[in-house]
Amino acid sequence: MSLGTVLLGLLADGPAHGYDLKRLHDERFPAAKALPFGQVYSTLARLERDGLAETVEVAQGAGPERTVYAATATGLEALTVWLTEVEEPAVAAADEMVRKAITSLHRGADAVGYLQRQRAVHMGALRGATARRRAAADLGERIALDHTIAHLDADLRWLEETRERVAAHLQETDRTQGATR
Amino acid sequence: MTATTAEPLVVARGLTKSYGATPALREISLDVAPGEILSITGPSGSGKSTLLHCLAGLATPDAGQVTVAGQRLDHLKADDRTTFRRRTIGLVLQFGQLVPELTAVENVALPLLLEGRSRAQAWQAATDWLQRLKVEECAALRPARMSGGQAQRVAIARALVTTPQLILADEPTGALDTVAGDLALEILVGVARVSGAALVIVTHDNRVAGVAEREVVVRDGRIESDGSLA
Repeated sequence: MSLGTVLLGLLADGPAHGYDLKRLHDERFPAAKALPFGQVYSTLARLERDGLAETVEVAQGAGPERTVYAATATGLEALTVWLTEVEEPAVAAADEMVRKAITSLHRGADAVGYLQRQRAVHMGALRGATARRRAAADLGERIALDHTIAHLDADLRWLEETRERVAAHLQETDRTQGATR
Repeated sequence: MTATTAEPLVVARGLTKSYGATPALREISLDVAPGEILSITGPSGSGKSTLLHCLAGLATPDAGQVTVAGQRLDHLKADDRTTFRRRTIGLVLQFGQLVPELTAVENVALPLLLEGRSRAQAWQAATDWLQRLKVEECAALRPARMSGGQAQRVAIARALVTTPQLILADEPTGALDTVAGDLALEILVGVARVSGAALVIVTHDNRVAGVAEREVVVRDGRIESDGSLA
């Protein structure tokens, strides 16, 4: 995901300064990590450098000066292109859980126990997301939670399948070692 | 572990059952509190559906007993057990199991007619439930003319029309796509919360299990874990 394009999506609604953009981002994407201010300002600087956004006002108030940004025509065009492009599916192998399960197997640690505990944590998260979705009045929030739930569900299926696979593997290893003893 | 300290609505003790030489349940004990929403999950063949069928009195355990709302199911004759189930338990099964010759409103009214309610009363209650489940347009349709989602919502209406204290659902969304399944599930949980009925859902689907406050995992006929979903 390009944060620049996401900010352009917010600027498409009208000019805003960095603080507003951070607030709007966190409201619109409640399931995403809260955006650090530093990242907002560095991204805005990059958008301006690339001609995708421009400074329209520098507001002088009681506090620090605030630069108001607007999307340029080029920026809006880039946003339109981004909205039509499909994203590459994420590579699940990069996930921390996969690394941990594989490392557990290599180290002879309790992989089944870990997978069981991880499943319990994931089920708790799934329940929380399901409850939040039930209470969600806003369609945007609902579809964001649909996405969270679908991902948790995929992780849960992987955790369960892996547990079965690992348990069968360990049983087979025990049987083979028993036969050779 | 139960969600409240109230007297349990369901008490199962030492449930053991085999199909031929294959053990399905091995000394399972379980309490369900009034108003509790509980999921029973586990791999295929783990015994979770057999457990639900024993709780419903649809299957008889080889050993152990089930008490629902203070009534030991094994102390009832078959006919009395059927009557008790109709009054106390709402059953939702994977394929709805509606009577194919009857329309939606007739299917939903059926349990009330069997209870001796007048046709007018039964029709009114059935129509109200079909509206509540947003399938009133199916009232005059037979199951073959409904979509899977509509048929399942009619089946939920039929399970709830007697306002049971206990709702037992076996893979209630198994035959539905995600959107229709989510809707049927939201309605089922919503109605259970409003009416204060306990809801026990057997499922292999984590998204379905995610609506419950408590999850019992069954594996090889035993309870592997039983805990609240924090």
